[in-house]
Amino acid sequence: MLGQGIIKGMAETARNFLGSYVKPERLVTVQYPEERLPQPEAARNFPFLVYDENDAQQRLRCVACQICEKECPPQCIYIVKDTVKTPDYLGKLQFQPKTFDIDISVCMSCQICVEVCPFDAIKMDVAYELSTSGRFAQLLLHKEQLARSNQYYRNIHPAEAAETDARLAADKAKAQAKAKADTQLKAKATAPPIER
Amino acid sequence: MGPQHPSTHGVFRMDLVLDGERVVRLKPVFGYLHRNHEKIGEGATYLGSMPYTDRLDYFCSLTNNWAYALAVEALAGLEVPERAQYIRVITAELTRLQNHACLAGFLLQDMGASGTPLMYAFREREKILDLFESLTGARMMCNYMRFGGCRCDLPPGWAAQARRVADEFPRFLDEFEALLNDNEILMSRTQGVGVLPPGLAVNAGVTGPMLRASGVNYDLRKVDRYGIYDRFSFRIPLGEHGDVYDRYLVRVLEMRESVSILQQALNQLPQGPVIDPKAKLRGFRPKPGEAYARIEAPKGELGFYLISDGSPKPWRYRVRPPSLINLTVLEDLCLGRHLADVVVILGSVDIVLGEVDR
Repeated sequence: MLGQGIIKGMAETARNFLGSYVKPERLVTVQYPEERLPQPEAARNFPFLVYDENDAQQRLRCVACQICEKECPPQCIYIVKDTVKTPDYLGKLQFQPKTFDIDISVCMSCQICVEVCPFDAIKMDVAYELSTSGRFAQLLLHKEQLARSNQYYRNIHPAEAAETDARLAADKAKAQAKAKADTQLKAKATAPPIER
Repeated sequence: MGPQHPSTHGVFRMDLVLDGERVVRLKPVFGYLHRNHEKIGEGATYLGSMPYTDRLDYFCSLTNNWAYALAVEALAGLEVPERAQYIRVITAELTRLQNHACLAGFLLQDMGASGTPLMYAFREREKILDLFESLTGARMMCNYMRFGGCRCDLPPGWAAQARRVADEFPRFLDEFEALLNDNEILMSRTQGVGVLPPGLAVNAGVTGPMLRASGVNYDLRKVDRYGIYDRFSFRIPLGEHGDVYDRYLVRVLEMRESVSILQQALNQLPQGPVIDPKAKLRGFRPKPGEAYARIEAPKGELGFYLISDGSPKPWRYRVRPPSLINLTVLEDLCLGRHLADVVVILGSVDIVLGEVDR
């Protein structure tokens, strides 16, 4: 009979429509500004710079090695090295970035800067709703706006941050052990020979 | 017609010569979304091109990643661990599911069935995109595959969730088929419209579901058996008439086969590393040579051709996009048809302008 297929389709639509009143799996819309879905751990948006303790400017993990600047596919990172060195978490003297800018209107959130960073200094943020009224200056983020504490990183990516913290702590323990061994060796070498 | 016409799936223009309502000549005009993809690929490092491949066919970023990773692996001689192979198959089949579901929805949208089929398809796609987001961090621009494996392992609970999505998917397909397959309006709009004869399809280099709808049994998953596709049992649905209706039906049937591949892959998923330990992220320089790798992307044969001169950047980087090549037969499909059929035929070709124009 002509029209049978259409009626069959209409029945399917009616089942979906009526089902949406009783079955939660048929009512999938999330009323966005009022309701929000939790973000998965892997979510990424734009990069930020991690600092330790509470000193946003002195304890940035970034050592201005410029690897991310070279590897960034759309070339949205701009770094200028500082001229003085400050000690990092291992006590080693390292440069700090004098300027660290990310143009987030160019950034494509690919995460390659995070993957290539050997110092765990740059990580992906999960913040969204970043709209501003300006096209240029307000989308060019400077070092001050990019800096976030390690605690913030732990909050947004708990598992990943725990792994990073463990690795950094192991590095530090190794460096301390090595420094201790070095000082002992030095002490031995400089100790006066034992008189017979 | 176009480039701002909503039925052109982006910015695509056709120069049409009409006799009344009938199409006498059709000339496609490309390039409105051209963004120099291949030249950018030659200026970026091998790794730096990976996120750009996401933007080719932005519905199927994971299969684009896979094709590019395969080409670079062939160039550099990297081995992909077992677990990564399975993850690649799982993500590629999920990509195929959501691409075909959306295509069917868009095709019906083009035909005037505004809303309902497309929204049903998007509802299912949403579940798959949620899986992608919890695995790769992004819903569409996944940037997940790496040379010699995948970027990260599956998060806890992901495989169980993927299995749930795969198990529930046939219910959606049943619903979709009940909604549409016997619909008289759909049949009269699509049967016998845009017939692609198998000879023309083969000569024009058409690949993917469009070729199979014309009855040519050619699927790279069976022909090349790249990755580990030889370990799964699945069938290749073939069309008979090569018209729009067959193209729609072949895709629906292909989704059922994809569900079966997914279930097999999730059952066999082994433990182990997900990336070749020899693969380097920074300072990656394959030795001089050339490589071509192709996969069965949801839209057809997607190939990457690379020439390396030993530097960190490819000397030549070329993409063989399925959408563009499938689109070349558009005039033959549309000649003598009504103007309203052009929209339907274009919808059934399944193009994404990001890949056509590059």
